Amino acid sequence: MSLQGVLPLNGFSGGEVLAYRPDHLLVAGMVERGSKVLDIGCGDGDLLQLLESRGIDGRGIELSREGVNHCVAKGLAVVQGDADTDLIDYPDDAFDYVILSQTLQATRQPKVVLENLLRIGRRAIVTFPNFGFWRLRLQLLVGGHMPRTDNLPFTWYDTPNIHFCTIKDFVQLCDEIGVKMERAVALDAYARPLRVAMPWWFWNMFGEQGVFLLSRAEKGR
Amino acid sequence: MAGVRDMTGLTPKSTSALRTVAPEERSHEVDHPSSLVAQFGADKPLKLDCGVDLAPFQIAYQTYGELNADKSNAVLVCHALTGDQHVANRHPVTGKPGWWETLVGQGRPLDPSRYFIICSNVIGGCMGSTGPASMNPATGKVWGLDFPIITIPDMVRAQAMLIDHLGIDTLFAVVGGSMGGMQALQWTVAYPARVFANLAIACATRHSAQNIAFHELGRQAVMADPDWDHGRYGDKGVHPHRGLAVARMAAHITYLSDAALHRKFGRRMQDRELPTFSFDADFQVESYLRYQGSSFVERFDANSYLYLTRAMDYFDIAADHDGVLAAAFRGIQTRFCVVSFTSDWLFPTSESRALVHALNASSARVSFAEIETDKGHDAFLLDVPEFIDIAGAFLESAGKARGLKAPNGG
Repeated sequence: MSLQGVLPLNGFSGGEVLAYRPDHLLVAGMVERGSKVLDIGCGDGDLLQLLESRGIDGRGIELSREGVNHCVAKGLAVVQGDADTDLIDYPDDAFDYVILSQTLQATRQPKVVLENLLRIGRRAIVTFPNFGFWRLRLQLLVGGHMPRTDNLPFTWYDTPNIHFCTIKDFVQLCDEIGVKMERAVALDAYARPLRVAMPWWFWNMFGEQGVFLLSRAEKGR
Repeated sequence: MAGVRDMTGLTPKSTSALRTVAPEERSHEVDHPSSLVAQFGADKPLKLDCGVDLAPFQIAYQTYGELNADKSNAVLVCHALTGDQHVANRHPVTGKPGWWETLVGQGRPLDPSRYFIICSNVIGGCMGSTGPASMNPATGKVWGLDFPIITIPDMVRAQAMLIDHLGIDTLFAVVGGSMGGMQALQWTVAYPARVFANLAIACATRHSAQNIAFHELGRQAVMADPDWDHGRYGDKGVHPHRGLAVARMAAHITYLSDAALHRKFGRRMQDRELPTFSFDADFQVESYLRYQGSSFVERFDANSYLYLTRAMDYFDIAADHDGVLAAAFRGIQTRFCVVSFTSDWLFPTSESRALVHALNASSARVSFAEIETDKGHDAFLLDVPEFIDIAGAFLESAGKARGLKAPNGG
């Protein structure tokens, strides 16, 4: 089965499908063309490049100096910065979308970061590893040690990931701070979306990653 | 260093700049530069921040490459405190290669086959633009301290007059490091619509207290030299070279870093095994500094040094915008690339970060990279590959956005 058949990849060329990570394609597909996007924790800038190639005005923040320099050397508008401390400097409504891709679990204050995302951007796209994924549960239950996978290769003592959550936890946090979930997708171990009709507990067990498109709750709610 | 170089594509418009002038001919360059000169008469005064209208005055400049048909490929390179217009050709006084050949030249980020590169001597300088060492036409004598105090915005205003004179409306890019970076930033503050891209390296939006302090040290060293004579040394045909050399030595330390000095010299002795128990230059680092001081005075005017350091001291973009830096960049469309170096303690990364925060708050398109190096502030002038790559990529992507053709039509 081709990726095109599995992922909601309308509007992507075959070349793009081969060149980019499936979760990046999924995120890029959520962003309207011509919009202005801030990618927090943009790494080497792969997602930003994909967005720019689609006529999206992309900016990035990256913590590691090497990552930033790679991005700037690709001609991307990326600055060195920390999601925990630097978002405060961005004005309200500065972006159409703010993306936090695989970074939430590495922040010191995920709740504050999430609130800032939807202050700076009208919408936010958050992707994160689901700690409720069955393989991780199994490693802890049977192996009795902190789980490690290909996506989460670090040992407990050197991991930058300090705030793991499950899909269920994340949904709860969104409810707590009054964030509207416009779209939610759980990706399996092959980065394929799980069937939409499945209940949350199923996603929480079989989703390896959660991808959420969020917006501000309407006033008065 | 100054050996035979391939100057293809680097030949400035004024080929006479390639000759080498003996150091004593420095004063000749002040009024009759061996580069291009734009003259502005009494009808086109330079309106200075101090309230004086300076007229007549002249701007000495150098150009490389050709201006394209739609005049969209002009790049202004702004020089640092003791730099000049000879950015990529042999220096007419010292005979040394251009001061920024790591960035400007064939195959370099600023390639003359692609861009029309302009570099002018700042107003207040001593390499052909009107300054304290120039002849005051009203008196027939050297200006000296009668020359009005100038500021970074004044330098930029003069450059804008030069750009007008060249018939260029919008610059593709303004590029500068240190004091050149200050000018680049001032360009986008004063003429936001005339700058498409801004590459500001190792600089700040204001001069810090520590930097003002170092400049004051340098100025006092010049003024303490009896030959300075309240700035009237020009009348007597002398030059306060001892004071200026000390000023340069102190300043030069701030351009390096502890690590760079240690790597270059350590505690090694100069041509001797044991200390001489005297005040000779026993250590290599002393000998190096003395050389830096003495070679500097051969090419630079002492009063000019006072004026230019003062201009940097007064620089504070936020102060001109009710203390809010972001207000200076509101609504700006210019693309920025800000670069700092880890070991630069003269213009540390924190200064660049403050600029980037202000640009972010203004929703400007900004890239910011901090380059790891032990070479200190001087790193921007040296061959630091990561910096050159980033400068190149930024200009490349800005060129694409501007619709500039790649070199050789590719």
